[in-house]
Amino acid sequence: MATATKFRMDKAIRYFLLLDFIKGFSLGMKYFFKPKATLNYPFEKGPLSPRFRGEHALRRYANGEERCIACKLCEAVCPAQAITIEAAVRDDGSRRTTRYDIDMTKCIYCGFCQEACPVDAIVEGPNFEFATETREELFYNKDKLLENGERWEREIARNLELDAPYR
Amino acid sequence: MTEPTFLSEYLLPGGWILLQCLLVLVPVLVSLAFLLYMDRKVWAAVQLRRGPNVVGPFGLLQSFADFGKFVLKEIVIPAGADKVVFLLAPFIAFVLAVIAWAAIPFADGWVVADLNVGILYILAMSSLGVLGVILGGWASNSKYPFLGGLRSAAQMVSYEVSIGFILISVLLTVGSLNLSDVVRAQDGKLWIFSWYWFWHLPMFVLFFISALAETNRPPFDLPEAESELVAGYQVEYSSTPYLLFMIGEYMNIVLMCAMTSILFLGGWLSPIPGLPDGLFWMVIKIVLVFFMFAMVKAIVPRYRYDQLMRLGWKVFLPFSLAWVVFTAAVMKLGGIDPWTATEAGKAALAARSGS
Repeated sequence: MATATKFRMDKAIRYFLLLDFIKGFSLGMKYFFKPKATLNYPFEKGPLSPRFRGEHALRRYANGEERCIACKLCEAVCPAQAITIEAAVRDDGSRRTTRYDIDMTKCIYCGFCQEACPVDAIVEGPNFEFATETREELFYNKDKLLENGERWEREIARNLELDAPYR
Repeated sequence: MTEPTFLSEYLLPGGWILLQCLLVLVPVLVSLAFLLYMDRKVWAAVQLRRGPNVVGPFGLLQSFADFGKFVLKEIVIPAGADKVVFLLAPFIAFVLAVIAWAAIPFADGWVVADLNVGILYILAMSSLGVLGVILGGWASNSKYPFLGGLRSAAQMVSYEVSIGFILISVLLTVGSLNLSDVVRAQDGKLWIFSWYWFWHLPMFVLFFISALAETNRPPFDLPEAESELVAGYQVEYSSTPYLLFMIGEYMNIVLMCAMTSILFLGGWLSPIPGLPDGLFWMVIKIVLVFFMFAMVKAIVPRYRYDQLMRLGWKVFLPFSLAWVVFTAAVMKLGGIDPWTATEAGKAALAARSGS
């Protein structure tokens, strides 16, 4: 009985003196002056793992030759069936793609194409800011993918090198 | 004495009144933009976010960018809506929020309409404000706005009652309904302790909480609970009508801040002995009270509807009623003037009661 009365008294005092509010307010003020947890995003970016799976790119060898040999392993492994490849024999007798399309609206960024590729031709680079205004712009063709490869080659090569010991 | 002409009789006084209105309205609207920004910044800071920081230096122009966005958007009127009432409601809400500012004294004599029933006028205007909410909720012809409108009506009416009683206890101490007189009466020899936040401390707290409920601010934002009613009575509104609702709502919030500073924090009176009174202190006090509004939004979880009603009717109403009785008894026994009033104040009081 005594404890119950005491409990009720405590509750009433807390209620009328707004103790919970004051406690909450001081906690709020404590957080008010803490350093911010969020980044100043467009101007400031968080760190990315070398394994980060972003926008796709088709790479070339150092001499400018395309890496892709049109083995179609990526097309076969793609769970979302986002990749379409057509191949032909080139004049010099090597097998190359005539068409290499990725539907970025279907892609689930699983990275299987990258895993499947025997020559490190198709990779997922560190770029994740490729939003477009129309849906059509997200249907990437070979030109677009090779262009990505040229633009991101330095970052991609560095990421592959960093990740190589764990492959 | 020249012959009264149309110019001197109507045009010049009319123009003077118009100028005064603009002198109040424009600074209030501009400062509202920055208070909105402050609201968002405080909220963000407590949640360890940065808040708006892109438009202008430190994001200071964010509210103006938002204004431009709202004005340029398309006005969508739902097919089943009552078109006239639907478009009228935001105007009512906005206009009522704006005209209440006429009776607010910003400094000694700096008031558009020095009404001798100023408090009554403001109470009436803020009570009518619920009309815009109900009309907007009803005219949308949609279930969430309707529920939001109903909740809002019940909530605003409930808290109006206790606000009324809180005002009565302040008025009993002042002996006048004029807002300038309320501030003048707080000018005493105990400096900040002759202000009514000290003498009416429980009512100060109650008024602050009731003001939150009255203006649909969190933790009493049930009418527009974003997580359940989407945005309450504003669901169907877009573009400029929505903007009017929002500005009206914030005008009401800042009005309540101004009321708090006039009734309890000594309005334009200087808190530091020796420094001159004036507009500066009024602004500081409004911003401080608004900061509390913003902090409450950040730290207090939303009330359940039955808790809200219980608080209004079972706690605030009896408490404020008891305080009215208590104040009346104290006033009968001589009031607080013997402790606080200066000689000049006593003379003014004698002059008032004499007339």
